[in-house]
Amino acid sequence: MSTNDYIQCFIYMAVLLLLAKPLGIYMARVMEGESRANRWFKPAESFIYKVCGVNPARAEMNWKTYAVAFMAFNALGIFVVYAIQRLQNILPLNPMGMAAVSADSSFNTAISFATNTNWQGYGGESTLSYFTQMIALGVQNFVSAASGIAVLFAVIRGFIRKQTENIGNFWMDLVRSTLYILLPLSIVSATLLVSQGVPQTFKPSPKASLVQPTSYDQPVTDKDGKPVLDEKGQPKTQKAMLTEQVIAVGPVASQIAIKQLGTNGGGYYNANSAHPLENPTPFSNFVEMLSLTLIAAALCCSFGYRVKDTRQGWALLIAMTIIFVPLLWVCTHSEQTGNPLLAKMGIDQSATALQPGGNMEGKETRFGIVSSTIWASATTAVSNGSVNSMHDSFTPLGGLVPMWLMELGEVVYGGVGSGLYGMLAFVIVAVFVGGLMVGRTPEYLGKKIESYEMKMASIMILIPPILAVLGTAIAVVAPGGKANIFNPGIHGFSEVLYAFSSTSNNNGSAFAGLGANNIFYNTILGICMFFARYWLAIPILAIAGSLAKKKIVPVSSGTLPTHTPLFIFFLVGIVILVGALTFFPALALGPIVEHLTLAAV
Amino acid sequence: MIREQIRPALFSFVLLTLITGVLYPLSVTGIAKVFFRNQSEGSLILKNGKAVGSEHIGQPFDAPQYLWGRPSATSPAFNASSSSGSNYGPMHADYLKAVGDRAKALKDADPSHQAHVPVDLVTASGSGLDPQISLAGAYYQVSRIARIRGISEDKIKKIIEKNTQGRFLGLLGEPAVNVLKVNLDLDEVKK
Repeated sequence: MSTNDYIQCFIYMAVLLLLAKPLGIYMARVMEGESRANRWFKPAESFIYKVCGVNPARAEMNWKTYAVAFMAFNALGIFVVYAIQRLQNILPLNPMGMAAVSADSSFNTAISFATNTNWQGYGGESTLSYFTQMIALGVQNFVSAASGIAVLFAVIRGFIRKQTENIGNFWMDLVRSTLYILLPLSIVSATLLVSQGVPQTFKPSPKASLVQPTSYDQPVTDKDGKPVLDEKGQPKTQKAMLTEQVIAVGPVASQIAIKQLGTNGGGYYNANSAHPLENPTPFSNFVEMLSLTLIAAALCCSFGYRVKDTRQGWALLIAMTIIFVPLLWVCTHSEQTGNPLLAKMGIDQSATALQPGGNMEGKETRFGIVSSTIWASATTAVSNGSVNSMHDSFTPLGGLVPMWLMELGEVVYGGVGSGLYGMLAFVIVAVFVGGLMVGRTPEYLGKKIESYEMKMASIMILIPPILAVLGTAIAVVAPGGKANIFNPGIHGFSEVLYAFSSTSNNNGSAFAGLGANNIFYNTILGICMFFARYWLAIPILAIAGSLAKKKIVPVSSGTLPTHTPLFIFFLVGIVILVGALTFFPALALGPIVEHLTLAAV
Repeated sequence: MIREQIRPALFSFVLLTLITGVLYPLSVTGIAKVFFRNQSEGSLILKNGKAVGSEHIGQPFDAPQYLWGRPSATSPAFNASSSSGSNYGPMHADYLKAVGDRAKALKDADPSHQAHVPVDLVTASGSGLDPQISLAGAYYQVSRIARIRGISEDKIKKIIEKNTQGRFLGLLGEPAVNVLKVNLDLDEVKK
């Protein structure tokens, strides 16, 4: 790694950790209606509650009601996104005349955006109308993230309240996280992005005449638009001249801002944030990269603030960072070293003042190596899943890092809300194991951790790996699964493992060679995303309900402190152990074998 | 329990859709129109009132008198309404062949110049629309362009440097040369 690689990694981590505290405290206060910002927008907030029939004075819900409200809202979201895609051809704001989306693709995309995964089976700029992008996907970008934040605050209330059934009101949490957290940050970010050259317009896509018209091989199609095959079964082509370029634009900036902040990741364009109009400059890249981890990291500080012990929040944030930084190093080092096969061909991959060098396949010049690897690590550590380089073309170890970061359960920062409540499940397991070791009743923040909490936490930790491993196993034997693998051999297996790791942890990034827009993958990956989101959110709400009912046990000499370096390393150990044991055999079949093969060539 | 949640679910969905799906993008569009008009419409480069491209979107160049950009995996190359990377894994046979062919094409176009080819000139970009190449990639092509156009290498290097975007604050991202802008400037040069 070059000096500049280290500097860029350092700047990124420093800015992220510096902003975590002020934003964290702001979010903690605003969610409970204690901030000055609450007063400014009080009329708007009250109006929404009035229309919705929510009376803030007596709105408290027990965990079951909270879960029902959460699920009702999400189910409605899935239904609406599905319907809009199926009807986009007759809905307004479709200047490019996009056709209705297929049933399987709409099913997949609806679940994908409602669950905050934002896996994309479709190519954005060539499939969806402006209306679908804004009203269906743009809205889910906000509310799926807001749902995650809402559930997290319900869980936090479970820890701080005592002897009550109530854990807050879902509708108020939803509205507050949208109005006070996601919306203002998105407006700031979107404005910065437009200033850098991200489009924001409702005009149809402009055409430009090329400076040098070029010839290309155009596939020959018959009357039905199907490709004509020659004697060898290859598609026939004819020479054609290319003289103009249609530059796809649209209301891009507003969607990109929230897709990063809300850990959504579904891009406006097919190439996602590698597309120069989604991410035109190093500055836009930094803004986007920062906003994808910012809220998730800051929520740790919100947690500390609310439980009235900021050390508890920092302990979790430090544990996450301890896992993140070494993996970021491995990824950057591996990509900067480059591809040994290209080195043999006499291609210059050295990092100099004139070029970033390294493995540049699938990477953009303005980002080079390090801005691509920080992004790849951050987007998979957080359950964002947007990409500014093509992970499928990474070196084997460079690609292993994002894959494994997802497989750790999206708890290293993780999705907004969902990352921290996922980490809290690991904390419950850690204090339980720790309690067994010292022979004391396990407790966390004064709440006794008993078998009910342990059962629910175990469910949360087991579901994503089960989905990922089982799904991969089915796909590599089913004909519909095998037929859509792009890269041959070991790397093809990695493509499938990556897809299931991504959807089963609500990430959404891909080894995009895999042809995922077909009935088989749209269906099975849609199912994985559904269970990965809701079968985790409901158990953690159950934990919150159970904890809220308990008394708070005063700290005694037998209490295991949960803010010390000892506990931080213990927690890191538990997360790594679960992730490593579950996925090592699968990773050994994919990126690890590929690495050894490549090294031996 | 479920029935009580139907009204808030429906109405909050409608109101939040209006706020985040309509008001939010419209207000961002308004800000964009007032302050960043050209950027918000795709940063088009106009020549005699006609768009010849976007500052941020690459174009295909394969004639020897032009600076060549990153290889593009879209079909056809640099298709700005269907972006895509190659998604080749590092050991894919077609990928290695493509890299070899691209390196050969560069060397064939300038037989006297046989240095190692910079990696960004032979690897496809992530979007297939990368408007830029590295400085190493640009300097590599100077001798060919100078020979064919009959202008001095210094003049070409000056054009390249003029169209180079440095790191943000000297720290973030990578220095990069805008291929389209260089080529537009090259066409303006009088011998």
